[in-house]
Amino acid sequence: MTLEFFLGHVNYWLFIILMMTGFYIVVSRGNYVKKIVGLNIFQVAVFMLYISIGKVTGGTAPIFPTDSQGKIKVDPDIVYSNPLPHVLILTAIVVGIATTSLGLALIVRIREEYNSIEEDDILEIEAAMAHAENEEHGSAMGGRA
Amino acid sequence: MIETIINVILFAMLVTTAFAIVRTTRLFAVVMLSGVFSLLTAMLFVTLDAVDVAFTEAAVGAGISTVLMLGTIALTTRSTKAPTRSSTMPLVLVVLTGAVLFYGTLDMPNFGDPNAPAQVHLAPHYLTDSIEEIDVPNVVTSILASYRGFDTLGEVAVVFTAGIGVLLILSGLRRRREEEEEDEA
Repeated sequence: MTLEFFLGHVNYWLFIILMMTGFYIVVSRGNYVKKIVGLNIFQVAVFMLYISIGKVTGGTAPIFPTDSQGKIKVDPDIVYSNPLPHVLILTAIVVGIATTSLGLALIVRIREEYNSIEEDDILEIEAAMAHAENEEHGSAMGGRA
Repeated sequence: MIETIINVILFAMLVTTAFAIVRTTRLFAVVMLSGVFSLLTAMLFVTLDAVDVAFTEAAVGAGISTVLMLGTIALTTRSTKAPTRSSTMPLVLVVLTGAVLFYGTLDMPNFGDPNAPAQVHLAPHYLTDSIEEIDVPNVVTSILASYRGFDTLGEVAVVFTAGIGVLLILSGLRRRREEEEEDEA
């Protein structure tokens, strides 16, 4: 592995570290708000990866300079970074906040129904409910109870 | 050179924030840290030349989503239970996924390479012809509103659907609460 290869790819690996930190929060923590935060971290790391693909060395933000009358000046010497990933990620950020708000609304509703936002508690309550239902109707349905 | 140093410092801060979010059990701190994370991300986007994305991330990620999460913890609870399950399985899963992604990056072109496939196909057209075709100084704006306008329309549809979903899920929250209080009284 040459130094050039390392310097050219180390950014991607750092993004992967952030991405996996978010993923770890999602799978290992039982609190739903924390899961959403983890999902956001994961998502933002993906955005960073995308934006970094559009970066050109020595480039600048893709905005053309204008003169005092507001006319665009064309200067072929200026290098611009790729604007397309920026547009895609702009859309993704807004869609991300939409899904986040939906998830948070679901959390509020879950808390209202189960009086808890911990995954462990909810699984326990669900199991108890299933058991009670089996007790009540199980024999009529030909079940074990 | 200076850009690399800034990037490394920002990364160190981002990773520290993310690890702090893993460790913290108080939800208020978690939400604030996620706001900090978004702001640091916005700074990183500026160094990657994506100023429009940085604006959006600062406004949406650090602003709106922090407010929404604060509202959620105000309606629910402020602290979490310490994790009871063992963390080996998640750790194995995360390391495995990370390894696969790492393997995937080995084929990617170098960071900032002007001849990378992403740079040579569509971007030159936008950068040279959009002055003629759209006449807007900011290329991101001309792509967002004109070349890929239908994308933005789709985005509006998604946000609208999510808004309706949130309204439907939360509708009657206050009414149910008042009924509950009356029952208790």
